[in-house]
Amino acid sequence: MIHVLKYLYMLIFVGLGLYDEMDISIKGLETIKRSKKVFVEFYTSKMMGTTIDRLEKFYGKDIELLGREDIEIRPDKIIETARNKDVAFLCAGDPMIATTHIDLRIRAEDAGVKTRIIHGSSIQTAVIGLSGLQNYKFGRSTTIPRPYKNIIAESPYDVFKNNLDNNLHTLFLLDISDEPMTINEGLKILLNISDKRKDYKFKDNLCVGIARAGSDNPVVKADFIKDILDYNFGPPLHTFILPAKLHFMEKEALIRFAKAPKEILTKET
Amino acid sequence: MVSRKEIIEKIKMLMDKTEMIRNIGIVAHIDHGKTTLSDNLLAGSGLISNELAGKTLYMDYDEEEQARGITINAANVSILFNHKKTNKDYLINLIDTPGHVDFGGDVTRAMRAVDGCIVVVDAVEGMMPQTETVLKQALKENVKPVLFVNKVDRLINELKIDKKDMQYRLAKVIEEVNKFIKNIQEEKYKSGWKINPADGSVAFGSALYKWAISIPMLEKTGIGFNEVYDYCRSGRMEELSEKSRLYNIILDMVIEHLPNPLVSQKRRVPTIWHGDLDSDVGRSMLNCDKNGPVVFMVTKIVPDPHSGEVATGRLFSGTIKRGMELYISGVNKTNKIQQVGIYMGPDRFEIEEIFAGNIIAVIGLKDAIVGSTVSSIKDMFPFEEIRHVSEPVVTVAVEAKNMKDLPRLIEVLREISKEDPTIQVQIDEESGEHLISGMGELHLEVIGHKIERDKKVPIITSEPIVVYREGITSKGGPTEGVSPNRHNRFYMEVDPLSESVVELLKSGAFSMKLPELERRKLLMNAGLNSNEAKAVVDEYRNNLLLNMTKGIQYLPETMELIIEGFREVMSGGPLAKEPCQGIKVKLVDVKLHEDSIHRGPAQVIPAVRNAIYTAILSDNPVLLEPIQRIYISAPQDYMGEIIRELQGRRGQVMDIQTEKGDVVVKGIAPVSELFGFSGSIRSATEGRALWNSENIGFQVLPSSLHNDVVMNIRRRKGMKERIPEISDYV
Ligand SMILES: Nc1nc2c(ncn2[C@@H]2O[C@H](COP(=O)(O)OP(=O)(O)OP(=O)(O)O)[C@@H](O)[C@H]2O)c(=O)[nH]1
Ligand SMILES: [Mg+2]
Repeated sequence: MIHVLKYLYMLIFVGLGLYDEMDISIKGLETIKRSKKVFVEFYTSKMMGTTIDRLEKFYGKDIELLGREDIEIRPDKIIETARNKDVAFLCAGDPMIATTHIDLRIRAEDAGVKTRIIHGSSIQTAVIGLSGLQNYKFGRSTTIPRPYKNIIAESPYDVFKNNLDNNLHTLFLLDISDEPMTINEGLKILLNISDKRKDYKFKDNLCVGIARAGSDNPVVKADFIKDILDYNFGPPLHTFILPAKLHFMEKEALIRFAKAPKEILTKET
Repeated sequence: MVSRKEIIEKIKMLMDKTEMIRNIGIVAHIDHGKTTLSDNLLAGSGLISNELAGKTLYMDYDEEEQARGITINAANVSILFNHKKTNKDYLINLIDTPGHVDFGGDVTRAMRAVDGCIVVVDAVEGMMPQTETVLKQALKENVKPVLFVNKVDRLINELKIDKKDMQYRLAKVIEEVNKFIKNIQEEKYKSGWKINPADGSVAFGSALYKWAISIPMLEKTGIGFNEVYDYCRSGRMEELSEKSRLYNIILDMVIEHLPNPLVSQKRRVPTIWHGDLDSDVGRSMLNCDKNGPVVFMVTKIVPDPHSGEVATGRLFSGTIKRGMELYISGVNKTNKIQQVGIYMGPDRFEIEEIFAGNIIAVIGLKDAIVGSTVSSIKDMFPFEEIRHVSEPVVTVAVEAKNMKDLPRLIEVLREISKEDPTIQVQIDEESGEHLISGMGELHLEVIGHKIERDKKVPIITSEPIVVYREGITSKGGPTEGVSPNRHNRFYMEVDPLSESVVELLKSGAFSMKLPELERRKLLMNAGLNSNEAKAVVDEYRNNLLLNMTKGIQYLPETMELIIEGFREVMSGGPLAKEPCQGIKVKLVDVKLHEDSIHRGPAQVIPAVRNAIYTAILSDNPVLLEPIQRIYISAPQDYMGEIIRELQGRRGQVMDIQTEKGDVVVKGIAPVSELFGFSGSIRSATEGRALWNSENIGFQVLPSSLHNDVVMNIRRRKGMKERIPEISDYV
C-alpha cells in the first residue's frame, strides 16, 4: 500500500513523434489529457508541422514551453511539480534519444519522483524507413554543430571514418539551435574538414539526404556528395546518411526510393 | 635653408636605395635631451634653421607637449643628409620617443619600426632606470644601439669639475652602458655591439648648445676633450658648435655604425616573425625585397582631421602605393590604400610609391590597429605581438558630460584604444560609465585631455583607481566543473608559477607562436619541469594553461573552448574580477559527452570557468598591488621630509646617497598610495625636489588590507558585497 502512495504521481515523458500533432500515440494522447500539468521543450528537436497553439487545441490543455536552462540548470520546478500531480513532459521524437532527458529522469528518480516513458517515432528509425537502408548496418550517429567563431568540431568526421572502417552507415543529425542547419551546410562543413585532412576522395562518397521526415511531402535524395552539394531539399528539418558499402537490396532501394544514380549498381561503393 | 620640395625630390630618389637608408629611434630617460637632439638633426637636413633647433622643439608639436615640456607622442621625421666623407646622400627615418614612463608604450612600439637607436644619456645623471628599460627593449628587438652622452656642458659649467674628473665620469657612463648590453645580449656584444669611443660609436656633446665630438672626428675637427673644456669654460660654445657641429657628428655616427635595412632585416625578421623563413614572403622580408609581397607592420596610429586615421609603421617587404587592396591580420576583408607618404615633423607629404625598408605613413587602413600586420597576402602569418614591459596599473571612470555625446564617447574610446595599445578600455553601454586603464596618473590625464581637446567630447573623470591582480600562494584543487547539461566534467588544479617563469612571460620572449621545441626550451630554462613544459596549451596575461591529460577522445576539438574559459577567468578572477597573474592552471581530467552538439561553447566554457574559480578559491587567494620604484633628489636639508613622505605612504626607503649638498633617495611604494604624491612632495620640499618613478610589478597586498580592498572593488563594480566563497561557483 505504502508503495502505491509513494508513486501516486509521476513525471511522464511523452514522445510526440516526428512532424505534427497527429504523430503522437493514443497512449500518449490519453496521458496528456489525464495530466494536471503539461510541459514541452523544443530545443533538443523541433516539430516543423505544428505550433504550440495547435498542440494546445488538439489536447485541450495549456502547455508551458521550457527553455534549455529550465531543464539543465533549474530542473527542480519540473520535478517538484511532479511530486504533487501527474506531469506530462513532451518532446519531439522519442524522449530518451536526447541524453538531456536521461539526465532529467535520473534527477527525478533521485529526488523520489517516479517516471515513465511513452515512446514516439524517432528520426533514427524514420531515416531507415524512408531510405531503405538496413537497420543492422548503422554505426554510431553524430551531430554536426554550427561552427563557433572559427572552431569547427571535427569529431563528426571522425565518427564517419570509424564507421566506414567497420563498414557501417553514419546518420548525421544537424544543429537546430538558431536556424536549423541544412544538408548543404552540413556537407560543406564536412568537406572543409576532409580538405584540411587532404582526403580528396571524400566528395565521391554517396550521400542520402532526407528532409521533413514524417510529413506528407518528405524528400529523400541520394547522390554523390559532389553532385548533391547544392541540391535544394526545401524547408527543414534536414538530416543525411553517408552509407558504407551497400548490400544489393540497399542499392535497389536507394534507386527506387531515393532517385540514386543507376551507376551505384555496378560501382563498388 | 633648402626648399622642402627639393628635399622631398631627393628623398624620393633615395627610397629604393636600401643601403642609403637608416631607420633609427632616439631613446633615453626623461629629460635627457632626446627632443633637443632630434631638432638638431632636422637642422642637419636644412629643413629648419640651426638657430631655431632646440628652441621651438619642432618635434614636440602637440599643444600638451609644449605646455608640459615633455614628449608624449613618438614623432617620425625623414631627414636627408649628405655624408661628407663619401659625399653621398643618405635618408634617415628618425623617431623621437617620449622619456616619461607613462608613455613607454610608444618607445616599445617605435623599436619595432627601427633598425638602430641613439641612446642619449645625461652626463650629470648617468644611466637611469628608464635608460635601462628602453635599452633593454631595443636589444630585445635586435635594434643596434650607439651612445650620445649629452649635457656635457653642465658637467663643466654647473658641476665645475676638472678635466680629469670629466674624463672619468664620461668613461663611467660608457662602462655602465656596455655592462648592460653585455648582460642582455652577450653574443651581440662580443660581435661588435659593444660601444667604443675609439671607433666612433660614442659621441659626447651638448644638444642645447649644438656641439658634439667623437674620437675619430678629432683629426678632422681638431677638437678633443681639452678643447671642449676650454671652450665651455670661456663661454665660447657657439664657436665650438661651428667647429664641431652636433648634427654632423651624430649623423656620421648613425650612418657609419647603425645598420641599413638590408643588413638589419636579416637578423631582425627571425626575432619578430615566426612564420616560415623559407617561404616566398619569409625570404622577401629577410632580403628587404621591394619586388616581393607587401608586408607592413603598424606601429602607430594617429587621428588626422582631414584624412581620418594615419597608420605609421615599417614596410618590411614589397612596394606600397595608392589604390592597393591589402589584408589586415585578424580581419576578413581588405582595406584600400588611399595615400602613402612620409613625415617631416608635423607635416606629411604624399609619395607615389614607397619601397621595402622605410618607415612610412599610410592612409586608408580603417580596420588596422597598432600592432596589425598588413599584407598583400591573405592569411599572412602575423608579426609577433608588440609587448610592453609593464601593464596598466591605474584606472579612471569617464562619463560624457552631455547626454547627446553618449554614443560619440564610445566611438572616441574605441579610436583611442586603437591608437594606444597600452591602455585598456572597458565600455559599459548600459551605465554609460566607461573605464580607461593606463600606465599612470599622467598617462590618463593626457588621454582625458585628448578626448576633450582633440575629440571634442566634454567628459567627467573619476579619481584614479588602482588596478589589482588576483593570484595564489599555494596549490589548489583539483576541483570539478560540471557543464549546465551535466554531460561534461572538467577537473582543474592551480599552482603559483615561479617568479622566473612569470618574468619570462612578462618579458614577451615567450609566445605560443614560437615553434614548440623553442617554447619548451624557454620554459624549461625558466625552471618549469619538462612534463609541464610539454603540456602548455595556452599563455594569457602571464598565466599558463597546461593539459596534463593523456589520450582523451574529443579533447582536441574541445580545447579551443577550454582555452576560452581559461582566458575569461584570467581576465577577471573570482575575488573581484581583477585580472589574474602568475597562475599555472592544470587540466587534470576531463569527461566528455560522445556527441559534439552536447559539448559546445554554452556547455564547456561555464564548466571550465567554474572549475578554475573554485580551484583558485580553494587555495588562499590573494590580491597583488602594483608597486613603483621612486627616485627623489633634493637639497640635503629636505631629507627628513622626503623620508617621512615616503614612509607615510606604506613606502620603503632602499637607498640614500648624498653628493655636493644634494640627497638622492631611492625607495618603493604602492601605486595606490602615490596618488597626489607630486603635490605633497612639492610642498614638503618647497618645490626643490626632482622626482620620477617607474612601475616595477606587483606585490601581495598586506593581509590586513585584503578584505577591505576586495569589498571596495566589488562595491565599485556592482558585484555582491561579500567575500566570495567556493559555493558561489558550483
Ligand atoms: N644644459 C643643457 N641642457 C639641455 C641639453 N639638452 C637638453 N637640455 C635641456 O633639457 C631639457 C629637456 O630636454 P628635451 O629635449 O625636452 O628632453 P627629452 O629627452 O626629449 O624629454 P622627454 O621627451 O620629456 O623625455 C630642456 O630644458 C632642454 O633645454 C644640453 O645638452 N645641455
Ligand atoms: Mg622629448
